[in-house]
Amino acid sequence: MGLKQNLHNLKEKYKGTKMAPAFNAIHTFLYLPNETTQGGTHIKAADDLKRTMNIVIMALVPCLLFGMFNAGFQHYAAIDGSLRTDVLANFFTFDNFWIGIIKVLPLVIVSYGVGLIVEFIFAVIKGHEVEEGYLVTGMLVPLIVPIDTPLWMLAVAVVFGVVIGKEVFGGTGMNILNPALTIRAFLFFAYPTWMSGDKVWVYDAVNRTGTADAISGETILGAYAQNQEVVYSTFDKFMGFIPGSIGETSTLLILLGAAFLIFTKIGSWRIIVSTFLGAAVMGFIFNQVVAADIITESSKFYGLMNTVWWEHLMIGGLAFGAVYMATDPVTASQTNKGKWIYGFLIGFISIMIRVFNPAYPEGVFLAILLMNVFAPTIDHYVVQGNVKRRLKRAKVKTA
Amino acid sequence: MGLLSKKDAALITDPFADNNPITIQVLGICSALAITAELKASIVMAISVLFVMGVGNIVISLMRNIIPSKIRIIAQLIVVATLVIIVDLVLKAFQYELSKTLGAFIGLIITNCIIMGRFEAFALANGPWRSFLDGIGNAVGYGVILILVGFFRELLGSGTLLGYKVLGDPIEKTGVYAFGYENNGFMLLAPMALIVVGIIIWIQRSRNEALIED
Repeated sequence: MGLKQNLHNLKEKYKGTKMAPAFNAIHTFLYLPNETTQGGTHIKAADDLKRTMNIVIMALVPCLLFGMFNAGFQHYAAIDGSLRTDVLANFFTFDNFWIGIIKVLPLVIVSYGVGLIVEFIFAVIKGHEVEEGYLVTGMLVPLIVPIDTPLWMLAVAVVFGVVIGKEVFGGTGMNILNPALTIRAFLFFAYPTWMSGDKVWVYDAVNRTGTADAISGETILGAYAQNQEVVYSTFDKFMGFIPGSIGETSTLLILLGAAFLIFTKIGSWRIIVSTFLGAAVMGFIFNQVVAADIITESSKFYGLMNTVWWEHLMIGGLAFGAVYMATDPVTASQTNKGKWIYGFLIGFISIMIRVFNPAYPEGVFLAILLMNVFAPTIDHYVVQGNVKRRLKRAKVKTA
Repeated sequence: MGLLSKKDAALITDPFADNNPITIQVLGICSALAITAELKASIVMAISVLFVMGVGNIVISLMRNIIPSKIRIIAQLIVVATLVIIVDLVLKAFQYELSKTLGAFIGLIITNCIIMGRFEAFALANGPWRSFLDGIGNAVGYGVILILVGFFRELLGSGTLLGYKVLGDPIEKTGVYAFGYENNGFMLLAPMALIVVGIIIWIQRSRNEALIED
């Protein structure tokens, strides 16, 4: 009698009772269930929800591992700046990874633990099966928060995000807003001192404030927003050796993840491409504004407006948002034309928020949440437009 | 209930629960969002509305046979405006600081849809005693939600209740703040008031099958 048999027996025992979904979920998560459908012809699709979710998680693992190394690297580099001169030699060390383990893993565990408990409770109350939707959300959440986020804050935010962002609408597949971004938005508005500024992005910077060992790590966006000089090279920005939320710094790994998602047809390439396009267009417009001398260097928008448009694509959470958040199949537009509009506006608005509101240098999550709300409207007009065009064509033929 | 007949008692108890002006009829939401960041402001607002609705309903009910129906809205507005000005002046005289916090929202009681709604729907068709009970009932139903929302928003948002630091001092790091607790700034923003009202509606409706629509 292994665990599998035990779980199966438990499942049989609680069949039809309130607790059944909880046991079913554990069972199907760990094993292939014993039951097979009887009679009739069945087509078995390999791309069920569980597999879809697992592929996204696989695409996220490199970002997570890199984030764990980066957590340690940013900490030590903030203490000893000379480490930055030879990044590659000092990056993949066990010391760096150890800080990642003690700081990042608890965030992952809390995110999954709290989120799944909420999902289980709702499944039991509502009497439906536990849905796989949280598997990806639980992985995304630790990657988009600063390293020093207190665990209880994350837990509160996860409860809020899962309940208000998803369960009130009816659970996975019915949610209007991306739950991971709802969690991020909640954290941002509820505890702004822990979510922005120059102290939260580097491990231990908060505790050392005001002492002789004080360290700080302004993000690139924060530095630009204050018209400061940015010390990181383009190579650093692309590879991700920069302070930022845990998993979003490495544009290279995010692009690899994007390639994997597009190859497996899980993520929509239309959304990814159009988001980058929208951001590039907005960045380019701002560059032209600066080139045309419309604003002066003393303007508070100058730093971010003057940022070259392709650099906008690498800094901040834009790439991460475009690849892993905007492509969420539930909250994105469903029609192909709608996806182009949806993605383009996400990129466009992200850069606009980034530049015009220095208090929210990270505009990506707000832009995606906003477009989440508009996605059904976009789809509606795309479909109506199609209907109208075809009606017109039909009339011409009968005439 | 020796004092009130069963029918009269229902006038007070109905709006309190199953016909609550905020959670069921979804009226008067604007003020529920705007002034509930502090418990004290919520309580003062609730009392003000209680006064305006109770007295207003009596006055309108007494005048119901002499108000021409063509100009009844303007007549109602004059009655509310008079009562609101009384409230405003009393607050300014005795609670100046608070009246500054509440600002325009006392004046805006005039446009509170619950008041006009009760005038139109009840006071114009019923006698003064029943109108008075109806006004009190609705104002209490409104006030209870206001105070409930104000309670949670002030407790979680500022860590205080009526200005008292019940959770400890956030700067001195006493009480729960010693364990790393932080105030939830989101609670002080208007969207969170809407979410809190939404949660109250959710709990109320899921406990009472009769209220579930469709």
